[in-house]
Amino acid sequence: MTRPDRPLGPDRVATWRHPWPVRLTHWVNVICLVFLLMTGLQILKAHPHLYWGLDSTFDDAWISFGTIPGWLTLPGYRDLAAGRNWHFFFAWIFVANGMLYLLYILFSGRLARMMEPSREELAHIPDSVVEHAKLKFPEGEAARTYNVIQKLTYLVVLLILLPMMLVTGLGMSPMMNAAIPELLPILGGRQSARTLHFIAAMGITAFAVVHVLLVFLSGPLNNLRSMVTGWYVIRTEPEPSEETSDDRDPS
Amino acid sequence: MTVIRPDRRHLLLAGGALALSGCDGLVRNAQAQCTVKKAEQVSKRTQRALARDALAPEYEEKDISKDFRANGSVDPSAAEYRALKANDFRDYQLIVDGLVETPLALSLAELRGLPSRTQITKHDCVEGWTSIGKWKGARLSAVLNRARLKPEAKFVVFHCFDALDQTEDGERYYTSVDIREAYHEQTILAYEMNDEILPIKHGAPIRLRLERQLGYKMAKYIKRIEAVESFAHIGRGKGGYWEDRGYEWYAGI
Repeated sequence: MTRPDRPLGPDRVATWRHPWPVRLTHWVNVICLVFLLMTGLQILKAHPHLYWGLDSTFDDAWISFGTIPGWLTLPGYRDLAAGRNWHFFFAWIFVANGMLYLLYILFSGRLARMMEPSREELAHIPDSVVEHAKLKFPEGEAARTYNVIQKLTYLVVLLILLPMMLVTGLGMSPMMNAAIPELLPILGGRQSARTLHFIAAMGITAFAVVHVLLVFLSGPLNNLRSMVTGWYVIRTEPEPSEETSDDRDPS
Repeated sequence: MTVIRPDRRHLLLAGGALALSGCDGLVRNAQAQCTVKKAEQVSKRTQRALARDALAPEYEEKDISKDFRANGSVDPSAAEYRALKANDFRDYQLIVDGLVETPLALSLAELRGLPSRTQITKHDCVEGWTSIGKWKGARLSAVLNRARLKPEAKFVVFHCFDALDQTEDGERYYTSVDIREAYHEQTILAYEMNDEILPIKHGAPIRLRLERQLGYKMAKYIKRIEAVESFAHIGRGKGGYWEDRGYEWYAGI
């Protein structure tokens, strides 16, 4: 699935980063998550209190939201029925899309090749954290692969947070409670499932915010281009100059 | 070549902005709503294939909620209901008609004489909260067997005394289930809650318990049960009061 580099001049080279199944499922996922988040907030709005345990003990919600503004919800006005219909529609697309993606990264070897951190990388997590905090991004050959923080973050999101959305969502379905009776006790009860669904959604939202922020800080067009065309541009000989932009068109 | 030209770049940004502002327009679009509604059938078929006749989880006495929430109508204002209530429902008769060989009018005593089931189950409201209660009632299958369903009967419709707007001529609450769910072991017409006579606010004299679906399917204040081949002619044709207002007929999710 990898393609040879394409030289773009004396010090720049386009490397093959994202094959089409990754690009396609990435953007389908973006659409799904936007709809799922906004319709999910519409659903939360119907009873904006969260509890732990099996049932709702109405006087001790661990968190209550006063009002959830309309601009955060779909539809923009209060409509639980429509919110639910759209939520489950995109939930199905999200699941089908996610399955395709997971099967792809597993069988193409992408998971092991691009996201599994080596022992050495794991030993250097503190350095990577410091570099991230300074907003210093790998350049040159080091930019050819994901750094260790990236790898770990993607693994947590892809293998824990996103599947957790599905599992906690199913845990809230009364018919699924009958079909898989083990699920609710594992999640700690129906209201814990609802709470965990919310926490995972907030985790994914936090990831998305930081993800987009880092995309913009580390060369927005190069990053966007790689997720649209598949090609990511790196400098072959990083210069210690002030210039950090990779955004100019090299052609 | 391998990079985005400026015109394509602007196209992308414009497309993104349009997509975001278009979301709300899209969810209001009738055609789109119709497409999205099709997911309900996918959920229904998939979940039923997985669940088959499996029972909803049952709980222990210690799990029963102290403050089981009463939702929707809590005291119907209809004159006929008030009259029955004034006499402790001694004159109440559950009508069973429609596509049945033997239409019935069952008193509460007769209902109590039918095969019953007692279960401690959770009640999941579409709004998101959960309460746990203990229910005792006549098995719906026993009622339907006594009335002898005609082969063409596909759904059972529950007509209720209450109108959510609390007016005498307001739209009365109703909902429906198919024969398969009607015959599920835990589907009962409850006349007791937490070892006491079913309270008014929870649907006296009888309410439906349909443990594998959401609360709005569990009709309270049931007046009449009608077996039908189709519910297209009832209400606005979607099979229930909330169903007529956009909620899923299949409320298993």
